Amino acid sequence: MQRLLKELQGEVLAIPGRDIVVAFFLFLFILPLITTEPFILRIVTFANIYAIYAVSWDLLCGFTGQINLGQALFFGVSAYTSALLNYYYGLPAWTTIPIGALVAVGMGFIVALPTLRLRGIYLALVTLAFPIVMTGIIFAFANFTGGEIGIPGIAPLSPSRTITYYITLLVMLASVFVAWKLVDVKSKIVRTGIILQAIREDEITARASGINTIRYKLLAFCLSGFLAGIAGGLYTHVMRIAGPSTLELMTSVYPIVWTIFGGVGTIFGPVTGVYILFPLVESLRVVGEIRILLFAILVVVVLVSMPEGIAVWVRDKIERTCPRCKLINMATRRTCRACGAELHLIKGR
Amino acid sequence: MLQNILINGIMTVGIYALLATGFALVFGVARIINLAHTAFYMVAAYFTFTFATVCGLSAPLSATVSVAFTILIGLGIYKLCLDRIREHETTVLLVTVALAMVFQESLFLVFGLYQRAAPTFVSGFWEVLGTRVSYQHLITLAVVAVVLLGLWALLYRTKLGTATRAVAQDREIASLMGINVRIVYLIVFGIAVALAAIAGAVVAPIFTLDTSMWIHPLLMICAIVVLGGLGSIKGSVLGAFILGFAETLVVSLVPMGSFIKTAVALTIMIIVLVVRPEGLFGIAFEEERL
Repeated sequence: MQRLLKELQGEVLAIPGRDIVVAFFLFLFILPLITTEPFILRIVTFANIYAIYAVSWDLLCGFTGQINLGQALFFGVSAYTSALLNYYYGLPAWTTIPIGALVAVGMGFIVALPTLRLRGIYLALVTLAFPIVMTGIIFAFANFTGGEIGIPGIAPLSPSRTITYYITLLVMLASVFVAWKLVDVKSKIVRTGIILQAIREDEITARASGINTIRYKLLAFCLSGFLAGIAGGLYTHVMRIAGPSTLELMTSVYPIVWTIFGGVGTIFGPVTGVYILFPLVESLRVVGEIRILLFAILVVVVLVSMPEGIAVWVRDKIERTCPRCKLINMATRRTCRACGAELHLIKGR
Repeated sequence: MLQNILINGIMTVGIYALLATGFALVFGVARIINLAHTAFYMVAAYFTFTFATVCGLSAPLSATVSVAFTILIGLGIYKLCLDRIREHETTVLLVTVALAMVFQESLFLVFGLYQRAAPTFVSGFWEVLGTRVSYQHLITLAVVAVVLLGLWALLYRTKLGTATRAVAQDREIASLMGINVRIVYLIVFGIAVALAAIAGAVVAPIFTLDTSMWIHPLLMICAIVVLGGLGSIKGSVLGAFILGFAETLVVSLVPMGSFIKTAVALTIMIIVLVVRPEGLFGIAFEEERL
């Protein structure tokens, strides 16, 4: 118990970035106690779902370097699978969502197999095509899939708004935690973090070091598909309709927007991006038609001034890594909290 | 029927070829994936419409002026936004999409939802093989051919072209040889925007204008450029031929074809890439080869 407390103090409390994360998650937990305004709860519920979705993109693109411009494929396929299972067979949400996610994993596998030969921008542009091909298939079988209207009348996740909120919040926390652990470079239990980042940095060298890059790229596609699939299934059951909008171009673009806005290649980046941008866009509805214009201008301005993303920019302002022992310190400290090295002489990270 | 398919196919191919070469040029030289490329095409089309109907300029003059304005906007955007973030690949992707959305929404605010078409340059048509081909279509084809030939001459017959190709092959060495790489980037971006703007100006009288008209060509030129091989002008033109005709055939022969035209074109691209991962004329760069 005492060791746990000490660990908590050293690994969480002393690092300002993690303080903010903990405080923010605590805030999310007590949010329904503060307000039960349906509008706010609904927005944060969707933000929870989209956080999973954005993290799934970051896992594949930020960490493994496989730029996927068609993430909507996983989201949409899972959304449609959940909807069809619920609509035709009446299965409840807790079975349709995992099945949808598994189908998305299958899609990840199918997409990855032909595209493993492609790299960089070729991969990006080919993946862009998959959701559009899928939309074509959906329209071709309009009798079964509902065509442009989609499949309405899906069973809700739970009867109460607050319970739905907590379900999405817990699933989000679990997914983000798993993703964070999987990509942790320093982890002694799983090696995926360091291997995936090695593939991103230099695939040939990774292969020369004896890493089966094909297997790990497939793994990255499947993991990303699974997380995006969970998000897609949750979305269907909260929205209570699955339509072709889950496969359209903007659905692929949004996770990219959130992730890059927050900071690509960090798990906290996409989460930050979602919780800043999604409520902002929704509340901008009050200004009417110029909403998307304002949003796009904001994205351009922020990214041109902070090209690495807003969360990374903030982190670099409030944290400083000790040059001697590599511990993370608060930026206000003059000496390292462990080894006493002079910190105020170095600039930034 | 056959003649119609042929004429429409050649039109589509020409427009796609203009757009795709510009896109391929910017990627090949400056390594910028400019997803706002077709937004410039849309902007130029709207400018042509505005100058012709609101300001009352003659059609060819309004096309010229709108191309000039679009190039200025493009260069301004390159200087203000893209030049600073060129090193961050994913950020460039996002910023260019956001810029395209800025254009789309601005045009939406000014023009609203109504679909419009600009007046034609010349009216009348020419009867060939029993079909009527309007002079507007012929002019469009002529412009496309001239511009593509001019681009080829620029790249292979001038000093600027040599510098551009040198930068495309190896930025560092080109810089050591005394080529001002930043200026080359700027010029190439300007040329690419000009190509897109010309395409926009010539289609303004033929197609209906609406604020989402940039999305479909963007998907198509991505497919074309990947199909032909990134950074290869020849490949882009050939890719435009394949996908442009495929699209026209699907639209005119398959019932409900316009719903699945993109899906068919993209499936062709996927099949080609699975067989040849670097595209038809792709160059695998030494340090980028797997």
